[in-house]
Amino acid sequence: MASRPWRRIEPFWRDVRVLRVAGQIVFALALLALAAWLISNLRQSLDARGLNLSFSFLNRTAGFAITQGPGMVRTDPFWMAFLVGLANSLSVILAGLGLTTLVGLMAGIALLSPNWLLRNATRVYVEVFRNTPLLVQLFFIYFGVVLAMPALADRIELGPFILSQRGVWVPRPVPQPGAPLWIAAAVCGVGLSAWIYARRERQRRRTGEETRPVLWALFPLVGLPLSAWIALPEPPFTFETAVLDGLRMVGGLRMTPEFFALLLGLVLYTGAFIADIVRGGILAVPYGQLEAARSLGLKEANVLQLVILPQALRVIIPPLINQYLNLAKNSSLAFGIGYLDLYAVSQIIFNQSGQAVQVIALLMATYLALSLSISVLMNWFNRRMEIPGR
Amino acid sequence: MIRKAPFLALAALGAGALLGACRPVEPVIVTQEVRVVETQEVQVNVPVEFVMESARLAAVRGRDRVICGVNTSVPGFGFVDANGQNVGFDPDVCRAIAAAIFGDASKVEFRPLTAAERFTALQTNEIDVLSRNTTWTLGRDVELGTDFAPTTFYDGQGMMVRQDSGFASLADMGGATVCVLAGTTTEGNLADAFNTLGLEYEGLVLDTGDATAAAYDEGRCDGLTSDKSQLAGLRTTLTTPDDHIILPEVMSKEPLGPVWAHGDQQWGDLVRWVVYGLIIAEEKGITQANVAEIAGSDPQDPEVRRLLGIEGEFGALLGVEPDFVVDVITAVGNYGEIYDRHLGPEGTNIPREGTLNALWTDGGMIYAPPWR
Repeated sequence: MASRPWRRIEPFWRDVRVLRVAGQIVFALALLALAAWLISNLRQSLDARGLNLSFSFLNRTAGFAITQGPGMVRTDPFWMAFLVGLANSLSVILAGLGLTTLVGLMAGIALLSPNWLLRNATRVYVEVFRNTPLLVQLFFIYFGVVLAMPALADRIELGPFILSQRGVWVPRPVPQPGAPLWIAAAVCGVGLSAWIYARRERQRRRTGEETRPVLWALFPLVGLPLSAWIALPEPPFTFETAVLDGLRMVGGLRMTPEFFALLLGLVLYTGAFIADIVRGGILAVPYGQLEAARSLGLKEANVLQLVILPQALRVIIPPLINQYLNLAKNSSLAFGIGYLDLYAVSQIIFNQSGQAVQVIALLMATYLALSLSISVLMNWFNRRMEIPGR
Repeated sequence: MIRKAPFLALAALGAGALLGACRPVEPVIVTQEVRVVETQEVQVNVPVEFVMESARLAAVRGRDRVICGVNTSVPGFGFVDANGQNVGFDPDVCRAIAAAIFGDASKVEFRPLTAAERFTALQTNEIDVLSRNTTWTLGRDVELGTDFAPTTFYDGQGMMVRQDSGFASLADMGGATVCVLAGTTTEGNLADAFNTLGLEYEGLVLDTGDATAAAYDEGRCDGLTSDKSQLAGLRTTLTTPDDHIILPEVMSKEPLGPVWAHGDQQWGDLVRWVVYGLIIAEEKGITQANVAEIAGSDPQDPEVRRLLGIEGEFGALLGVEPDFVVDVITAVGNYGEIYDRHLGPEGTNIPREGTLNALWTDGGMIYAPPWR
C-alpha cells in the first residue's frame, strides 16, 4: 500500500474495492427483485383464478391407466403415475448409459483403426448421427424402421425369438424347484473362479511365467453351473416363449417398440459423440508411450488395455460426464414416439389435473436430482482414475 | 479483478432492463368495478338498473379485439385454410362474439393452442375466450378456474378399427392395443370403458394427433379412439380411409363449447347469450340472408323483436349495442348455418338430423332459454 501514495485522494466511487462490492450487491438485489416480481405475478394470477400451489392433488385418483413398464390402473393416485414414469425413464437411461458407452468406445477405437473401411464407415456413422437432430432420428427409427416391421400376424420367429412391430419377445426363464440349488452352485463357481484368477495372476507377476489366469478361472466359472444343471434331476429353469393369444402375445419377455426405438436412438446419438471423445482421449496419450509399450514387447491388445486406455481415460471421463447427462435429459423426447417416460407422464398428469406449476416444479426437481446423481457418481469415478498427486 | 466491477454493474443494469422489458402478456385483472348506472328513461317497474360492468369487456374494447384460443388441426372444428385463415365451427363462435361487441367479426385475434396449453392460457389471461372443442367436465369447471358456456356440439368418444379386424363392438377388443391422444378426457374414458367391460388393453399414448393417426395407420394399434366427430376427420387422412370403420358405441359424453376464465360473470353472460342468440335465430328462421330484412320490417313475433333489439334493453344489460344480434347473424349466420358451413355435407359431413345436435324443435338438444 505504501507504494501507492495517491490512494488517499481517490474518492470512494473510484475505489475498486468499493465498486467491486457495490456491483455485487446491486446485482444480487436485481436478481432478488426479479425473483420477487416473478413470484408475486404468479401468486396474483393464481389467486385471481382461485388456484393454489398445494401438492395434495397427487393423492387423488388419476382416472387414466398406464400399460407400459410397471403400469398402473385407473384407480391409482397421481403420484403412482409419476413413479411409473420415473421407473420407465430410469430403465431407458440405465440401459442407454451402458450401451452407449460400449458403442462409443468401440466406435472411438475404430476411428483410429488402420483398416480403411472400418475407419471410414465409423466416421460416416459419427458424422451422420452427430449432425442431425435427435428428435428427427427418433421419428425415423420409430415410424420408419420399427413400425415398418411385420404385423403380429406375419411375425418373424427365429426359434424362440419373435420379432414384430408390436415388440420383440425373448424366452422368459421360469424358476423350478431346483433353481435355488443351481443358483448356489453358480455363485460358488464365480467365487472360486475369482480366487483362482487372483492367485494365478499374483504368481504371474511374482515369477513372470505365463500362468494363464483367465483360462484357469474359466473352468469353475463354466464348469460348476454346467455340471449342476446336468446333475439336477430336472432342469432348474424352463423357458417360456411367447405365444399368440387373440390380439396379443402372452408369456416371454417383451421389449416394446417404443422402448426399443428410444433406446436405439439415444445410444446411437450419444455414442457418436462419445466416439470422438474416445478418439481424442487416445490421441492425447503421448506417442512415446505407445512406442515404449511396443518396445517392451507387449501385444497390441495389451498395449491398448494396459498403457493407452488407462491414460486416455483421464482425458475421456470429464467430457463423458456431459454426454451421460445429455443422454439422461434427452430421454425426455420419449413422448414423441409414445414411450411414457417421466416427462410424458407428467404432461398427462398436468393435463388431467390442471396443476401446471406444481407438476413442472416436480418434474424439474426430479430431473435435477437424476442429473446430479449421475454427476456425483461420475466425479467420484473421475477422482479415482486420476493419477495420484496430480 | 479491477475490470470486474464495471462488468457486474453492467450485468445489474442488464437485469434491470430485463425487468423493465418483461411485462405480463395481458394485465392481470383482479378487481371488478361496481358502478350504479341510472337509465335515461325511468321505467315504471324497473326504476334503476344495477349494471356490473365487465372488466374484461372493458379490456377487450381497449385493445379493440377479442383474443380467442382455437384449434388449428381438426377439420370442421378449427383449422387453418390455404389462405392462412382460421376456419371452422369454433372460430366462427369467436367471430360471433367479436361481432356482438364491435359489430365487426374480423376483430378477433386467434391464438392456436394445443390441448395441453389451453387451460393455462385461460388461467393466465392470455386469451379472453377458449373455443377449441373443449369438453365440459366437473373437474375442469370447478377446479381449473374456468366456466363453460352452453354446449355448442354434443360429441361422444368412439373407436375406429380396421374393417378386416372383425370387431363389431368394444366387447370384441379384449387384449387389443389402442392408440390414444394424450392430454384429453379420452385417456380416462378409454380406461373407464375397458374397465367396465372387464377387458384388458394396451394403450399407446402419443402427444400429437398426427403421430397418433400415423401409429394407427402403420398397424401399431388395433384401434384408434377419439371423439367421434374427430375420428371422421382423421379417417380421411389415413392411407386407405375405406378400410376403416367407426364402431357404433359411444364411450362417453363430450359436450363441447366455449370456455372463459372464472371470475368475470358479466363477460360470461355475454358469451353465453351470444351463443343462445345464434340458436334462437335458427329457431326463428332468421338467417344471414334475411336478418336485415326482418329487422327492418317491424316483425310481429315479440321474441324476434326482443332478439333483434327492436324491443327491450337486453343489449345494454350485456354491455353491448341493442341490436348486437343483427350484427352477429349478419357476420356468421345462425347456429344451423355455422353447422352446415363447417360440419355439414360441404364440410366434414357429420350428420345432424336425428342426433343430439339437432334443434330442440327437431328432437335434439340444441336449446336456448327465452330471450326476455
